[in-house]
Amino acid sequence: MQRIDAIRDIAQKAGQDDALLVCNIGIPCKELYSVCDTPGNFYMLGSMGLASSIGLGLALSLPRRKIIAIDGDGSVLMNLGSLATIATQAMENYLLVIIDNGSYGSTGDQPTATSKGADLAEIAKGAGNSRVCRTDNHEELIHILQGNDHDIIVVKVDPGNADVPNISMCPGDILRRFMAGLYQPSD
Amino acid sequence: MKRAGIDFVVSVPCLNLKEVIPMVDRDPDIIHVPVTREEEGVGVCAGAYMGGRRPAMLMQNSGLGNSVNALASLNQLYGIPLVMIMSHRGVEGEPICAQVPMGELTTQLLEILKIPYFFPDSKADAIEKIQVAWKTALEGRRPSAVLLPIPFWR
Repeated sequence: MQRIDAIRDIAQKAGQDDALLVCNIGIPCKELYSVCDTPGNFYMLGSMGLASSIGLGLALSLPRRKIIAIDGDGSVLMNLGSLATIATQAMENYLLVIIDNGSYGSTGDQPTATSKGADLAEIAKGAGNSRVCRTDNHEELIHILQGNDHDIIVVKVDPGNADVPNISMCPGDILRRFMAGLYQPSD
Repeated sequence: MKRAGIDFVVSVPCLNLKEVIPMVDRDPDIIHVPVTREEEGVGVCAGAYMGGRRPAMLMQNSGLGNSVNALASLNQLYGIPLVMIMSHRGVEGEPICAQVPMGELTTQLLEILKIPYFFPDSKADAIEKIQVAWKTALEGRRPSAVLLPIPFWR
């Protein structure tokens, strides 16, 4: 499975659930933009490591909305404390999907620690999160996503980036569109 | 903070904040999120603002160094307001030498980052300055800071 396949599955779930989607920096953002661009997507263009934290802040502020954050292994390793904070808050409306390709895919595919044995699902559990699942299988991912709104899912995928275009919106427009969309009828 | 409308607070402890943090935690009108590091808190606060809250971060000035990239490439890039209420260690009266380098760099760092900052001289003034700091952050769509140096806490 490639990362863009997992992103497509997550975007489909977000659409079905009217969930807000926060996406990790770099090529994952471009892949999400290419498979499903909606006002409910927040494309994080800088601040590597903070997708899971931004998602948590949204989940705490909007307890009636479902929030999904897509993060990467390299980015989670940069902000491991976030896994402990997510555990302390235990939000029922927050799903964090960590797509682990063992690689810093946006900077030239240097290996991350997960390619040498670091296990993000075990780290997430050790940080206090009781509901952590993992998969490396496309059908199983779809099944897990259907039954989960508040867990941490670690999805193992192959390294490699899809050939996708750049995001054509400027950061201010991404934020304005995202925030304007929050106050639509689903709220 | 409440007079400024602040309703979402992340905190990283400082000895000087030891009485403030439990007050925030007990307040039913404020969502309080203890975080592990200030940079993480910048992200949580950004999400909170996007979700309609007015966020502030209780922190020590050492955490400003931990947050620089996020303040620039998240708050300033997108135009996201945030008030940082900082215990300013490493200035006059500091007993711990390790606090001094960041203490001396704090205002310079804020200036380089183009973050407006305010120095209240009393508890009453702090109430006023926190309101001004939020207004400045909101209107400028950027972070602002309130610095509370060692003499403030005496």
